[in-house]
Amino acid sequence: MQVTEYKPKIVAFCCNWCSYAGADLAGNNRLNYPDNIKIIRVPCSCRVNPMFILRAFQRGADGVILCGCHPGDCHYTSGNYYTRRRMALLFSMLSYLGIEKERTRVEWVSAAEGAKFAATMNEFSAQVAALGENKRLEDLRCKP
Amino acid sequence: MTHSDRLKEQILRTSGVNPLKCMRCGKCSATCPSYDEMEYHPHQFVYMVETGDIEPLMKSESLYKCLTCFACVDRCPRSVEPAKLVEAVRLAVIREKGGNRLHTDDIPAKLDDDMPQQALVSALRKYSK
Amino acid sequence: MQRIGVFVCWCGTNIAGTVDVKRVADALRNEPGVVFSAEYQYMCSQAGQDMIKNAIREHNLTGFVVCSCSPRMHEATFRKTAEAAGLNPYMVEIANIREQCSWVHKDMEIGTEKAIVLGRTAIAKVNLNAPLTPGESPVTKRALVIGGGIAGIQTALDIADAGFPVDIVETKPTIGGKMAQIDKTFPTLDCAACILTPKMVDAAQNDKIRILSYSEVTDVRGFVGNFSVTIKRKARYVNEEICTGCGLCTEKCPQKKVPNEFNLGMDTRRAIYIPFAQAIPKVATIDADYCTMLKTGKCGVCAKVCTAGAIDYTQKDLIMEEKYGAIVAATGFNPISMEPFDEFAYSQSKDVITSLELERLMNAAGPTSGQFVRPSDGKHPHKIVFVQCVGSRCAGASKGKEYCSKICCMYTAKHAMLIRDKYPDTEVYVFYIDVRTPGKNFDEFYRRAVEEYGVHYIKGMVGKVTPTGDTLRVQASDLLANKQILIDADLVVLAAAIEPDKSARPLATMLTASMDTNDFFTEAHPKLRPVESPTAGVFLSGACQGPKDIPETVSQASAAAAKVIGLLVKDKLVCNACVASSDEAMCNGCSTCERVCPYGAITYADKEFRMPDRTTRIRRVAQVNQAVCQGCGACTVACPSGAMDLRGFSNKQIMAEVDAVCK
Repeated sequence: MQVTEYKPKIVAFCCNWCSYAGADLAGNNRLNYPDNIKIIRVPCSCRVNPMFILRAFQRGADGVILCGCHPGDCHYTSGNYYTRRRMALLFSMLSYLGIEKERTRVEWVSAAEGAKFAATMNEFSAQVAALGENKRLEDLRCKP
Repeated sequence: MTHSDRLKEQILRTSGVNPLKCMRCGKCSATCPSYDEMEYHPHQFVYMVETGDIEPLMKSESLYKCLTCFACVDRCPRSVEPAKLVEAVRLAVIREKGGNRLHTDDIPAKLDDDMPQQALVSALRKYSK
Repeated sequence: MQRIGVFVCWCGTNIAGTVDVKRVADALRNEPGVVFSAEYQYMCSQAGQDMIKNAIREHNLTGFVVCSCSPRMHEATFRKTAEAAGLNPYMVEIANIREQCSWVHKDMEIGTEKAIVLGRTAIAKVNLNAPLTPGESPVTKRALVIGGGIAGIQTALDIADAGFPVDIVETKPTIGGKMAQIDKTFPTLDCAACILTPKMVDAAQNDKIRILSYSEVTDVRGFVGNFSVTIKRKARYVNEEICTGCGLCTEKCPQKKVPNEFNLGMDTRRAIYIPFAQAIPKVATIDADYCTMLKTGKCGVCAKVCTAGAIDYTQKDLIMEEKYGAIVAATGFNPISMEPFDEFAYSQSKDVITSLELERLMNAAGPTSGQFVRPSDGKHPHKIVFVQCVGSRCAGASKGKEYCSKICCMYTAKHAMLIRDKYPDTEVYVFYIDVRTPGKNFDEFYRRAVEEYGVHYIKGMVGKVTPTGDTLRVQASDLLANKQILIDADLVVLAAAIEPDKSARPLATMLTASMDTNDFFTEAHPKLRPVESPTAGVFLSGACQGPKDIPETVSQASAAAAKVIGLLVKDKLVCNACVASSDEAMCNGCSTCERVCPYGAITYADKEFRMPDRTTRIRRVAQVNQAVCQGCGACTVACPSGAMDLRGFSNKQIMAEVDAVCK
């Protein structure tokens, strides 16, 4: 009997200046990370509206990760500080709604940290996979 | 893993020193008050531990010539802490001998007026671990 | 409805090796809005780009997606392609199927599936793309150079040469900086003043250059091309226009006990002073901390002797506001304090000095008029020990700097050589860890010190200096001889590490320019953009960016000037097209966006709105200055009414991407 491995659906928002470049570097160095992680490019991590994350969960994503420049290194000086505060609030609200904290994460990945990007993605994917499918916020009406 | 590899690992672990931080300036040896008494000087300790050449250090009298004054630790520009390495090697020797320790209970009997307090403190550092 | 083209690139085998490009092109052909889909070996090649241009014309495309390498690589290329074919360049999206797909995955099936999803996501975004036109902003054709050392002077001279006006702001009463204090320069041994002072005079005489000495920058506003800078001109209590620099006041002033900072406190000056003979501007300055007249109101000798009537005890700090198109930071360096390194007895003996103090001691205009004598007893030293790397190359809990200060090896070789040349009866010892002499004619110079001048270079470090009677007992290690040695020296010279000037940190905050942990300014790219700060319009010159010797400083200064000129020759700057914009109909004027904007790009205006009942109402609404907005998007999330959106990364576009990814 063939068992198909469960692959969680993960959305990764990456800031254009650090983390997206870090993901590119992971590719340049041929570092593997799961294919179920799809990257959406944003100019800065602070561009990520909590609505985007809610929408992802509504559409059936199992995990959402936000990557930005390290604190102090933001291309726009202070964007990632906003992200840090906004996401702390959003994630605690999500956890109140029953979306486990392990399904969400903010990680700082610089343009030089290709290895960290790949390692983070591997770890996060395994962490989300352990929780199984996200049913809590999924809106079946959004399903095709 | 050879015997000397194991020894090196033990010494790095007990001392917490990373000899790779050393930039080989020799300030430890320049600052050492018992330099002339020692066969292997502080900078050599660091280098020999780095290369894993530890057995000659364990056999050397230098271990007991170190005053544990920590001048080298204080002055090292790279925070390598050579005296802690000397201590760790000494400890390795003591562990191999076994049961050779200074007990706090024995100290009163050993006291005499000419003995500097520092000597007792270092004796405890050297022999009580 | 958009008419979208999809172009899948093989990138040779880079993509085609793990992704079935044909299948991707076929799958994406059925996505909404797609009217054309093709694959090709190298999309970025001329042939590939022509293929895109032809498809745009033939199929009347309104936008297209290229499935290829990272947008960081070729987004600009394909935007140009679009423009060449008459399409708005912002109607292009890239699906990154190389760095983030084919290179990370090994399995063809997995790679192909992911590439299709990534392509679909990009198509979903293009469907919502709108043509964008970047705004333009004017350029103030004037530059500000902060710091009047050799770096600042050179930058200003070069900018002025190109015909642009430049202001130099210098905190000290004179320009010249550290180089003015130096005696001779390596590796040619020509005198520093002989090559620096003509440049200072050039700067003073150039009608494009204005020197604002004894002044500080206190505030910077604005952005590239349009900086508005507040400069404080400190009161020097002497009218700069009238003072002839005759120096009579500096001879007659009764307050003689002021430590002379130009000679590093090794002698004294008067309360009214001209730092050195060749000072520019050559005008006197009253030191308010020491002047009896200013402190007690009783004295006024300088005013009495001044034949020009230039003394003005009532002068106040003057605040001026100026506009500039570009700003150059040239704040320079200082030797670090020797206080944490007391094993070298710097605080215990006058005969332990730093190298910069030695420069003054050897200088003909220095405290000893060029007589090379010990500061303690005025006797000629016969045995001199130089200690290298004091406070440089330190790590961990120790007290120094982690970096190599770069200039010490060379200036110590210079000092040793000069001393041996002038006083052959002197023994000179140099304790070194490594001798680092990269640079044109540098190693040859150091070898000359050893081979021709007989300087004793000893590999090892000094551990302790003890003042004993008349001499200094130096305890050091000689690593090659494996010995500890003792030298009774007459003079010990410490090669103190250098650090950025203390004014650099607050300046960086004002400029929003980034700094490293050592307070050196960070360059925009360590290799390819070494004289630009990541903040547009701010440039770096000299040691404020990292330790540098004079030749390097001058070349960097000229490089910074070239970048400034390149900016100032432009009449208009093209701004980022992906900027925020507010929907006035939705904005409630709450000011939330203004507070999160790191650039101050958002302002408010009262606008008249026509209501459905044909009345008009005036409401306060947010307005984004497109020239100032950098497009981070912080405001879009903060906006409670959803009026603020980011062009090119709009809420709808990102939502569509999320939907496509989760499908």
